[in-house]
Amino acid sequence: MESVFFWVFATVAVAASLLVIGQRNPMHSVMLLIVSFCALSGLYVLLEAPFIAVIQIIIYAGAIMVLFLFVVMLLNVPTEEAPTGYHARLLGGAGPRRFGAVLSVVLVLELAWALSTMRGTPLPGDAVAPTVREIGIRLFREHGFAFEATSVLILVAMVGAIILARREK
Amino acid sequence: MTVSPTLIAHLGLILVVFVALQISAAVLVYMERKVAALIQQRYGPYLVGPRGLLQPLADIIKLIFKEELRPRSADTLLFYAAPVLAATAAFAAFAVVPFGAETTLFGLLDEPIALAVADVNVGLLVIFAITSMGVYGIVLAGWASNSKYSLLGGLRSSAQMISYELSYGLSFAAVIMMAGSLSLREIVDGQEGYWFGVIPRWYLFLQPVGFLVYLIAGVAETNRAPFDFPEAEQELVAGYHTEYSSMSFALFFLAEYINMVTVSAVAVDLFLGGWHGPFPLPAGFEWIWFLAKVFVLLFFYIWMRWTLPRYRYDQLMAFGWKVLLPVAVLNLLVTAYLVLLGGW
Repeated sequence: MESVFFWVFATVAVAASLLVIGQRNPMHSVMLLIVSFCALSGLYVLLEAPFIAVIQIIIYAGAIMVLFLFVVMLLNVPTEEAPTGYHARLLGGAGPRRFGAVLSVVLVLELAWALSTMRGTPLPGDAVAPTVREIGIRLFREHGFAFEATSVLILVAMVGAIILARREK
Repeated sequence: MTVSPTLIAHLGLILVVFVALQISAAVLVYMERKVAALIQQRYGPYLVGPRGLLQPLADIIKLIFKEELRPRSADTLLFYAAPVLAATAAFAAFAVVPFGAETTLFGLLDEPIALAVADVNVGLLVIFAITSMGVYGIVLAGWASNSKYSLLGGLRSSAQMISYELSYGLSFAAVIMMAGSLSLREIVDGQEGYWFGVIPRWYLFLQPVGFLVYLIAGVAETNRAPFDFPEAEQELVAGYHTEYSSMSFALFFLAEYINMVTVSAVAVDLFLGGWHGPFPLPAGFEWIWFLAKVFVLLFFYIWMRWTLPRYRYDQLMAFGWKVLLPVAVLNLLVTAYLVLLGGW
């Protein structure tokens, strides 16, 4: 039963992610990315980490993607046209393509290496998914500095965005 | 897999909740029209069936037989996906709402089952997550219609829901801290009993500010008057569902009413003691309290819609960010301090 769900979620996640980059219409890409996030969240549920699953939906599928959607809608980004002229030479030329090919080969090698080191590593024995309380305590005690640093970083980004938006006046 | 009575009871529960939600939407349509008529001193529906009781049924039949229209320049896939998404999210959110004490269905079952479709230990967060997914139905409807009124309605609704979701979540958080749990069932169980033998131990009395913030944000989240900007008739024709007709329109309608029910039901679970009433009911009938309280809140919703005029859009945003959010944050801080201090 569980493995059936795993394959369903995994297939949906991979297929949706692949389709995201195949769309000409940015709106469809956004929706497919949301589908992919939801499938990922299903995988977290199978791993008995409901909290992470829900957070995945709230933060990624809920908050961040709404902003994406907002931007796409407000800018009314048109359907992507196949690049021509200067841009075609800039991005679609032989040089960039070779570079892209090298990068993708590197990525595949990295993934293969990472997976091969993971293989055979047993999960920690009686791995019980941490409760919300435990996650909170770890986050604020052991990783307090990283947590605060992240929040300052986000604050800086927010202030920067507001200043950039105000410049027009 | 063996078919046990418990499994059958669970499947039955799912069916009951699914049907009950649809019936509640029909009842709400009738109630809305009757209460509106009452407030405006007219009769409301009274021709179809006794006292107009069959009016919702007539409405449904009318909607089914209407022509399904689609603007030529609409995005076909997303245009049809949007209402389905809205309705699915509305139904799904109710899945984790518990509505009664554990029961053996009067001895039919060996072990008691929880009266909720799914008893999840992070139930409150699930509701929050699904509510945030509900925005997509409206935003997509606005965008895919390819019409200016729809787009404006969709944009307004997303801005409004994002703004009020913060206060909504923070009013949850205060209750979560007091109950020490994210499970709606445990939160309700924490409200059992009475103070001085009279006053029920509802979080309403400990969290009056939280309740107020929840109610206001809940109205904004469900796009109801006085915050019904996504479909402000005078400005936007009908907002995000301008271009929808027939059953696609009906799905948006259904979603809106079911969302009202869910927001009210969660309010009852969080603040009004769930199925614990001012006096106990016999075992197996506790859900009557729950229904009664949800009904009162729904009446309040409708009452508000027909009494208060719509705000201006800038007032809505200013109120959400400059009044409601600070109040919610302050409430959270005070609650956190008191919980730390008193252990409650």
